[in-house]
Amino acid sequence: MPTNLSARLCSFVLSLFLIAFALPAFAGPFEDAVAKFANDDFSDTDEAIGVVAGSGNKLALPIISALQDGRLMADPDSKKVYVTGADGKSIDAATGEPVASVPDSASAVRLNNRLRRSVDTAIGNLTLQSPDVGTRLQAAQSVFKSHEETALEPVDAALAKETNKSVKAALGDARAAILLFKPDATEVEKLEAVATLKARGDQEAMALLTGMGDQPATVTKAAASAISSIQSSLAVWSMVQNAWYGLSLGSVLLLAAIGLAITFGVMGVINMAHGEMVMIGAYTTFVVQEVIRTRYPGLFDYSLLIAVPLAFLVAGALGVLIERSIIRFLYGRPLETLLATWGLSLVLQQAVRTMFGPTNREVGNPSWMSGAFELGQITITYNRLWILVFTLAVFAILLAMLRYTALGLEMRAVTQNRRMAASMGIATSRVDALTFGLGSGIAGIAGVALSQIDNVSPNLGQSYIIDSFMVVVFGGVGNLWGTLVGAFTLGIANKFLEPVAGAVLGKIAILVLIILFIQKRPRGLFALKGRAVEA
Amino acid sequence: MLNKSTHDIAASFSRRGMLAATAGLMLGLASISGAKAADDTIKVGVLHSLSGTMAISETTLKDTILFLIDEQNKKGGVLGKKLEAVVVDPASNWPLFAEKARELITKDKVAVVFGCWTSVSRKSVLPVFKELNNILFYPVQYEGEESERNVFYTGAAPNQQAIPAVDYLMKDEKVKRWVLAGTDYVYPRTTNKILEAYLKSKGVAQEDIMINYTPFGHSDWQTIVADIKKFGSAGKKTAVVSTINGDANVPFYKELGNQGIKAKDIPVVAFSVGEEELAGIDTKPLLGHLAAWNYFESIKSPENEKFIKAWQAYTKNPKRVTNDPMEAHVIGFDMWIKAVEKVKSTDPDKVIDALPGIEAKNLTGGTSKMLPNHHITKPVFIGEIKANGQFDVVWKTPGLVAGDAWSKELDGSKDLVGDWVGKKCGNFNTKTNKCLGSGS
Repeated sequence: MPTNLSARLCSFVLSLFLIAFALPAFAGPFEDAVAKFANDDFSDTDEAIGVVAGSGNKLALPIISALQDGRLMADPDSKKVYVTGADGKSIDAATGEPVASVPDSASAVRLNNRLRRSVDTAIGNLTLQSPDVGTRLQAAQSVFKSHEETALEPVDAALAKETNKSVKAALGDARAAILLFKPDATEVEKLEAVATLKARGDQEAMALLTGMGDQPATVTKAAASAISSIQSSLAVWSMVQNAWYGLSLGSVLLLAAIGLAITFGVMGVINMAHGEMVMIGAYTTFVVQEVIRTRYPGLFDYSLLIAVPLAFLVAGALGVLIERSIIRFLYGRPLETLLATWGLSLVLQQAVRTMFGPTNREVGNPSWMSGAFELGQITITYNRLWILVFTLAVFAILLAMLRYTALGLEMRAVTQNRRMAASMGIATSRVDALTFGLGSGIAGIAGVALSQIDNVSPNLGQSYIIDSFMVVVFGGVGNLWGTLVGAFTLGIANKFLEPVAGAVLGKIAILVLIILFIQKRPRGLFALKGRAVEA
Repeated sequence: MLNKSTHDIAASFSRRGMLAATAGLMLGLASISGAKAADDTIKVGVLHSLSGTMAISETTLKDTILFLIDEQNKKGGVLGKKLEAVVVDPASNWPLFAEKARELITKDKVAVVFGCWTSVSRKSVLPVFKELNNILFYPVQYEGEESERNVFYTGAAPNQQAIPAVDYLMKDEKVKRWVLAGTDYVYPRTTNKILEAYLKSKGVAQEDIMINYTPFGHSDWQTIVADIKKFGSAGKKTAVVSTINGDANVPFYKELGNQGIKAKDIPVVAFSVGEEELAGIDTKPLLGHLAAWNYFESIKSPENEKFIKAWQAYTKNPKRVTNDPMEAHVIGFDMWIKAVEKVKSTDPDKVIDALPGIEAKNLTGGTSKMLPNHHITKPVFIGEIKANGQFDVVWKTPGLVAGDAWSKELDGSKDLVGDWVGKKCGNFNTKTNKCLGSGS
């Protein structure tokens, strides 16, 4: 015992000595809190955030925003903490003195999700009166999310000075959220808060109203009626949302199927390698992005625009090659075509796997294809919106090409009556090759767009081939408009079924419906009529 | 025999046939000389898909075993013999797994097989390993509810991955509402059944649990992500426990990012997303989301640093990542070598009896032990996804967790234990004191 005690005493004195030595002479609560960042302990960091944010020190905001961006460096040995600026200059976080360099032993203070929320709250409270409108709006929104009682005073102060309309509204919402959860707020204040949230009318408002806990009876009643009114308006919006998701899924289906509508629909070739043309288009995008990343990083936002014509050429050329070397020997023998193109699809997959490796390849989203915007109560993501626009554009160009160009005329002539067209002096075999190349090229373009929402892997095409055939058959073989209507019908039906039946059952239900439909109308939605069909 | 038959065939065929037969003869000779050289080696079977959908994950495991064999041979092999890998490609085709396993054991006479990824492939080879009495080391986290004499499970059982992850979310993130999202097959369905029972035992109400299944390779996540968002706005902290497998994760995380769901609002903890899966994607939208594993490449330990260095040198790729199933193979391989050295034989019966109790260093600084139920002890880590595609460990279990072959959360299995040492039984019922035997 005695030795143990003396050892403890000794270590206690030693640690006291160390602490006294390590801390600067004027250590106060702020400096103590800053030093805690160096402990690499999540609870200590959380405590430090609270103290620093509430200290009123003018270093508080720089420290906490540096923490958010991973620029707050802590040295575990000396317990010193540094703020490194975006310009590479650093200051001592405790004193604000500039330092020449941050020691190598320092590393960025780590965060987890709980701490990220604390940081957001702290920054929100600190920037409510920032000169920048965007920052103020963000601050008001993060106070709304955290709705802590301590934020009430700063919010009131900010509200009094605020002139911008949208920031004012956001501050009002934040104030309502705080009051709703403040135990000693008056009934009148709470009723007002409920009314404000009801007017806001979105999911977040509903989350606050449902989770507000015990309240006076009048408030509970008002909240219940607010919830039911928000719910009924959200129900309408969810229909709109399903319709949008349906259009978006339809556009993906259409994009994948549109090339097949030419090779299978117009030419009648059962092309199982269609999906691989899509895959090759996606890999072309990957190669284009790789080149841009290494040589011309400034062009990254244009990478997709550059990839579109290249993907068309690569997949189209491959299509012509396949037609000349395999398919032209198999016209009129659908079973053999099916087997040959199936084999070809496996060959292409394995070739890509050998060249690029079996793992997924990273295709980035350009900035204009990332993120989303709110339309009423629904979220519309930019990548889906652009894909819808792109699909419709491809469809329109293809339709115009078939109708107004010489090649389009020849294609239609050959598919309607091959012998007659040949008699008229059309080189039918050349038209065959070009038509197949066109269908493949369009599949390649589809690959560029699909690389934005799906994995670029050798199996990419496999997941689209069944859906593509389904769309073409359902829409009516040989009719481009049928493919369009078919794709959007299937997309929307799928998305309205999914919330009810789940993704797996929804897909099965769609397949069953199509089978039943084909029993009734074997030629699909829009059957070609006339003598061409029998030819 | 081979020589004679090829001559017979050659005699009865045309000139063209003769040429082919000669070629066949040469091939035959080559394989005979190969077999002769193989007499003084010990063969190790590698049963991982090198083509098809699973190639993305399994190719690396094949390379891992080749690397481990190479390292072992540098140390002089085992029992004075060199090890020789026999690699076959079951092509992500489940029945083919059984065929290839049979080929490895009967034709190539391998002493042990390292292989399989999906549970369905493991189930498909089980009868082959039982019938021909060989050893399979299975390196992937799986749904549990199994303990076979011929199989050693070096991946995590649900109590070594799923349950600790849920505990972390409950305690540290104060999660009250749960989305269990998975791909529609046996592993997610069983894991979610266990998790649902566990959550309910912790007092979570039925309406606070949302279960959702999607097909393999699902790519249109708009509706599901919107549903999660809606489910998460009920005023209670919500988290997603994801058993979504492989490829489908990328569009899922992309959609989460695009719809503005951040990890700090609704965190997603995944059981099938590791360094290898992140290597092919833009990690910006994933920042702060979580994964639960028994190993992360970023964990600092001398063993891990040495392993990563040697692995990158072997693959000649300084960027090649490591992941959890690879570590499982490292541990399994080491255990097998130790067991073989202990009994001085590669005879499967002797090695199977020797394996329980064998200890091997894992790469995170601990020592894993093979248990009588053929599972191993492992530490559990929760990692946050960082911008560089690596994980930052935010939590870990205080010690190593012993793998349960049978889940304690499910009514059907809570009384069962696997014990191949004392009871010689994979599914011993401790209530009735009876062994259920095979077929259940």
